[in-house]
Amino acid sequence: MSHADTIPVRVVAVEQVTPQIKHFKLAAVDGSRLPAFSGGSHIIVVMNDVGRVHRNPYSLLGVPAQLETYEIAVRRMEQSRGGSHFMHDSVSVGTTLEIAHPVNLFGLSKIGRKHILIAGGVGITPILGQMEDLHQDGVPYEIHYSVRAPEHAAFLSRLQQRAADRLKLYYDSSGHAIDFDGLLSTQPLGTHFYVCGPAGMIEVVLAKARAWGWPESHIHWEQFSAPPAGEAFDVHLAKSRVDVHVVPDQSLLESIEAAGVEVPYLCRGGVCGFCRTDVLELDGELIHNDHYLSDEERASGRVIMPCVSRARCKKLVLDL
Amino acid sequence: MNVAFKPDETFRGDFTFRNTPEAIRRFPLPFPEDKYMYSVNIEAHRPGPLGSVVEFAIDVDEHYVAECRERALVLQEDPLRFQALPHMMSAQWDCLELIMESLARDYPQHFTLDRQGSQWAWTNRPLGIQQSFTFGDPATLPQQPLEYITRQVQGDWVVMDQREGDLWAEAGMVTTQADWSLNFDVGMSFKEWHGPVPLAHEMGVFDRALKYLLGLRLNEPVRRLNWTMTINPRLDTSPETYHRWGPDRATITPQNAGDKAHLRVELQGLWRLPRSNGIVFSVRGYLISMRELVTVPKWARRVHRVLRDLHPALVDYKGLTRYRDAVVEYLAPFDDGSPTSPGTAPE
Repeated sequence: MSHADTIPVRVVAVEQVTPQIKHFKLAAVDGSRLPAFSGGSHIIVVMNDVGRVHRNPYSLLGVPAQLETYEIAVRRMEQSRGGSHFMHDSVSVGTTLEIAHPVNLFGLSKIGRKHILIAGGVGITPILGQMEDLHQDGVPYEIHYSVRAPEHAAFLSRLQQRAADRLKLYYDSSGHAIDFDGLLSTQPLGTHFYVCGPAGMIEVVLAKARAWGWPESHIHWEQFSAPPAGEAFDVHLAKSRVDVHVVPDQSLLESIEAAGVEVPYLCRGGVCGFCRTDVLELDGELIHNDHYLSDEERASGRVIMPCVSRARCKKLVLDL
Repeated sequence: MNVAFKPDETFRGDFTFRNTPEAIRRFPLPFPEDKYMYSVNIEAHRPGPLGSVVEFAIDVDEHYVAECRERALVLQEDPLRFQALPHMMSAQWDCLELIMESLARDYPQHFTLDRQGSQWAWTNRPLGIQQSFTFGDPATLPQQPLEYITRQVQGDWVVMDQREGDLWAEAGMVTTQADWSLNFDVGMSFKEWHGPVPLAHEMGVFDRALKYLLGLRLNEPVRRLNWTMTINPRLDTSPETYHRWGPDRATITPQNAGDKAHLRVELQGLWRLPRSNGIVFSVRGYLISMRELVTVPKWARRVHRVLRDLHPALVDYKGLTRYRDAVVEYLAPFDDGSPTSPGTAPE
C-alpha cells in the first residue's frame, strides 16, 4: 500500500468535453502496455503541485481491453483544494504524472442477470467502463444518465454508439428526472443496481431501494468525496511520535503523509475503510465526511477516516 | 537457474520421488522458531534470494515434468478436479496470462510467449507443447483456459470471485491437495471453506485475513507458508482417494519414519486478477522425507521440537495423530538440545 509501485505516465490527449469536465488520455512513459483492469476501477493520480502533492482518485472510463492508454475525466470542483484545478489548469499534452495500479471498489456482480446503471453528471465515468465489460459479456443492462442540461452530457456519442437503445437521458433543465420507483419496482430477480453521482442522488436511490425491499448485496454505489477544507488543527501521532499541523486546505491524510508517516489506503475518498484510524485522545469534535463508518462509530469519537475527515480541537492523538 | 528435470519420478505406486541435495537446500522450511502456532503470516510476494523457491513469482523446479504428468494421471481418473463456474471465464483468462507471462519472463530457456494483440503463441519446451490461440476465445484452446495452463504448472490453483464483501471459490485445479476437495468446496465463501480449521476462527484470524485480501492490490501479490505431513511422497491426498492413502498413516514406526514420513510445505500465493477483479490462490506443495530433512542438522532439531510440542488440536487437524510419536522418536536422536539459530536458513 505504499506508493513504490506507481507507473509514470504522460498525457497524450486533453479535451474539454463539457463546460466543467476535461477528458485526459494517459500513456506509460516507457511505452509499455498499461495493466488490464475491470469496469468500475479507479486509479490514484499523483500530482506534484508547487510545494505539495495531490493524490486524487479518478475512474477509468476507457475500454478495459485497450491498454495503450488509460482515460480519465476530471470535473473542476468549485471547492477544490487543488487537485482538480491542477488537472484543469496545469496539465496539458506532454505533462508527466504518476498513477497507482487500478483498484475496483465498484465492480459488477458477475452472477447478476441484469444490470441497471445510474449516473448523475461526472458519475458517468465508472459506468463507461462497466458498460464495456457488460457489452463484452453480452449481459442485459440499461444506463440511466442524468445531467443538468444537454451541454453537460459528457461522452454522449460514445454512450449512444455502444449502448444506443439501452441508454436513457434525463435533463434537469427540461424537468426530466429518473423515475427511481418505476425502475426499482419492475426488475426481474437477479437484477443489480449501480449508482454513481452526487450525494443526494445516492441517498435517494439507497433509501428507495431499501424501501422496495432490495437486498443490500444487489445495490452498489460509489462516490468519492473530495476532502472538504476546514479549520487548521494539530495532531500527535502516538506510535511515530510525530506532531503534524493540518492546514485548512490539506486533508489529514495528506498532512500525515507529508510528515513521512505511511497510512494504508485504497480510495482516498471515504469509501474503502482502509485508512480507518483509532483516536486515542480528543478535546474537541471530529468532523466525519466519510461514507464508511457506522453512526455508532462516528458518535463514539474513537475512530476517524483521515482521507476525508477532520477535527475541530486543540489536541488530537492518533494511533499511528 | 538451470533445472535438470527428473521426468520419471513417481508420486504413487513405487514412489520414486526424491530430492537432490540442491532441492533439499532450497526447501522452504515453514518454522522460523522451535514452536508453531497460527499467525497471519502474510508477506509481500516479492522476488526472493537467488535459487530459493521465491526467486520468481512461480517456481519451476526439478520435479516439474513429473508433477505435470502426475496431474494428468489424476485428471484422467477424475476430471472433476478441475472446476469453473460459468461466470469465471474472464478470471480464467487472467490466470492464463499471469502464468504464461511469469514462466516466459523467468524461465526463457523453457517457455516462450509471443503476444501480437489478441493472437498469442505459447511454447513449453519441457513438455513439448506449442499452441497458437486467440486470447479471450476459449474455442481456440484444447481445454478451458485455466485447465489448459494449470496442466502445465506445479501446484494447485483456486480462483475466487469477489462480491458482497466476500471471496467465493468458484474455479480451480486441485490435484495435489492436503485432504480437501474443490469439487466439494466450489461456490463456498471464504469462511465456509475455512470452517474445519480449529482455533483460528476464535483467534479472529479469518476476519483479518479476509479484510486484508479484499483490499489486495494489483501488482502486489502476497504469500505465506502452511504445512502438514504426508505418508509417502504422495501429492494427491484428496478426500476422494482417502481409501488409498488413509491406511498408510497406521504403518509408521520409528524405523520406517525416515523414509515414509514427509513434511509437506505449501507455498501459498495470492494475486489480484486484473480483468475479473478476482483473486487467484496458488498452493504449491513441497515434500521432503525425514531422512532428507535430517541432512540439515538445524532443521532436524527444530522439526523435532515443533512436532513434539505441537498443540493437540493441530495434531488432529493436520492428520498426524496416528504417527506423530513415531516421527518424534525418529527425530529425537538428531536433537542434542543445542540451540537453533533464528530464521529458517539451513545454517
